Amino acid sequence: MPKDGSRDGPAAKGALTSGDALVRLGAIGAAMLLAAVAFAYVGGWLSPGRLTQDRMAAALQEANGIHPGFRLNHAKGLCASGWFDSNGQASTLSKAAVFEPGRVPLIGRFSLAGGMPLQTDSPGTVRALALRLTPRGAEEWRIGALNIPVFIVNSAQGFYDQTVASTPDPATGKPDPARMNAFLAAHPEAVKAFAIIKERPISTGFANSTFNGLNAFRFVSAAGASVPVRWSLVPAQAFVAEGTGQSVPADKNYLFSDLIAQITEHSLQWRLLVTIGQPGDPTNDATLPWPSEREQIDAGTVTIDQVSSEATGACTDINYDPLVLPSGIESSDDPILSARSAVYARSFTLRAGEQHEKPPSAITTQGVPARGKL
Amino acid sequence: MTGQQARFSAPSRVIHWLMAVMIIAMLCIGVGMVASVSERYKVLVSIHKPLGIAILILVVIRFLNRRINPPPALPDSLPPVQRVAAKASHILLYVLMFITPLVGWGMLSAASYPIILYGGLHLPSILPHDLALYALLRQLHTYLAYMLFALILAHFGAALFHGLIRRDGVLASMASWRRTEPPSE
Repeated sequence: MPKDGSRDGPAAKGALTSGDALVRLGAIGAAMLLAAVAFAYVGGWLSPGRLTQDRMAAALQEANGIHPGFRLNHAKGLCASGWFDSNGQASTLSKAAVFEPGRVPLIGRFSLAGGMPLQTDSPGTVRALALRLTPRGAEEWRIGALNIPVFIVNSAQGFYDQTVASTPDPATGKPDPARMNAFLAAHPEAVKAFAIIKERPISTGFANSTFNGLNAFRFVSAAGASVPVRWSLVPAQAFVAEGTGQSVPADKNYLFSDLIAQITEHSLQWRLLVTIGQPGDPTNDATLPWPSEREQIDAGTVTIDQVSSEATGACTDINYDPLVLPSGIESSDDPILSARSAVYARSFTLRAGEQHEKPPSAITTQGVPARGKL
Repeated sequence: MTGQQARFSAPSRVIHWLMAVMIIAMLCIGVGMVASVSERYKVLVSIHKPLGIAILILVVIRFLNRRINPPPALPDSLPPVQRVAAKASHILLYVLMFITPLVGWGMLSAASYPIILYGGLHLPSILPHDLALYALLRQLHTYLAYMLFALILAHFGAALFHGLIRRDGVLASMASWRRTEPPSE
């Protein structure tokens, strides 16, 4: 049967006239062209105005300069490691293994917002702590948290517009105030967010900063019940307000130097507090705070006992993608989560390909003394 | 419709059209998601991974099916050049259908991303966590996908060429669903 070679030859249908054949060839060409154009459209090649990962990456590079091998944002950072002691209290709300009572190892990263890997530490610069928690034999969880109470924008377009507006004008070396005003006029949510952020108390360093997850997520229990949540890492280290009396430190890496000095003395701890949203609390807009009386659950304690330079630390090769979530923790309808995940992926791919040309990070191996204990 | 003509077996036709839909959807999801920063991104990524693994499994089944149900021979009237092109392009299609999802799986492994199919259902990592390896495989994944798209486009054009210009029954051997009639000499 297969090899009978009995398929109809061309003669069976009668020959096509050459005009007919030409028309048919044209139709075939048109069908192929249509398919190729549809593919190109889906890929964004026909819509230069669409906000794509490439455009977002280009805007960040325009604003911060090109720094091969570094993250496009939060470029200046320090690796950390430690563990999370779960007390089991969050396990009624989320079936994630990470919340069962017990200890989970973690790889963290302290960083400053901005795409300049050698920027000078400054009190007002947004600080971040990212964590990757890897329960043994269970699904991992990646967290990014900032020391501001709300996020500045509530959409990918907003983040893009803010990045473009804060790009230094080549003539002055500073952002153009007119562009920043235009951005604020177009994004009233950012005006309100900036007002809240301006009011925040700023601590002396990373160790006594509260880091907030900002974006809403959902906890899903073993029974399938889903609640909106936001989380925060609240330091065990006492709050000391920044700038009470002292002058600005001469060390341009003073925030990181202080952190390294503190870790060398003793471990640092943060409590993981989970805030439970009520119906009506915004989950799709991280510029809006939730009412302060919302119930909070203490899920356990994060301990950081070691830090290391990006040259040797394990955090360097990790993309702290906020959508790497275990079952039991789900994404919300916050568009910023998808945007972060997408742009981080692009940034990760770019820097992975640039590893061979990456200059040393601001905090070098020499900057981190070897630690005796553990 | 005239005469008897060898068709692909029913399982071959089912798996061909099923995979055609899946692969074309997959290619569109792939190029669409890497361009997107919208809410679509996370939805597309969550479809891309399990769909890619499904394609990988299906291509193995398809390869085995091809051994059990070999394709019908090409018409004798087909010029040798076209015969070689048909043979080579089909080998390349199989290679790409197999390698592209496998490289995707390997690339996620090298990046140390979890390979989530659905909910708590994960695949193991098949490569060590290595950024340089990830960069290489990530680029390769894109190139393979573009090659696969180009090849599918050529395959589509060639199928239409058989159906509309040569009218030699090759298109119908895969595209026809009519009941098989008893052979009549």
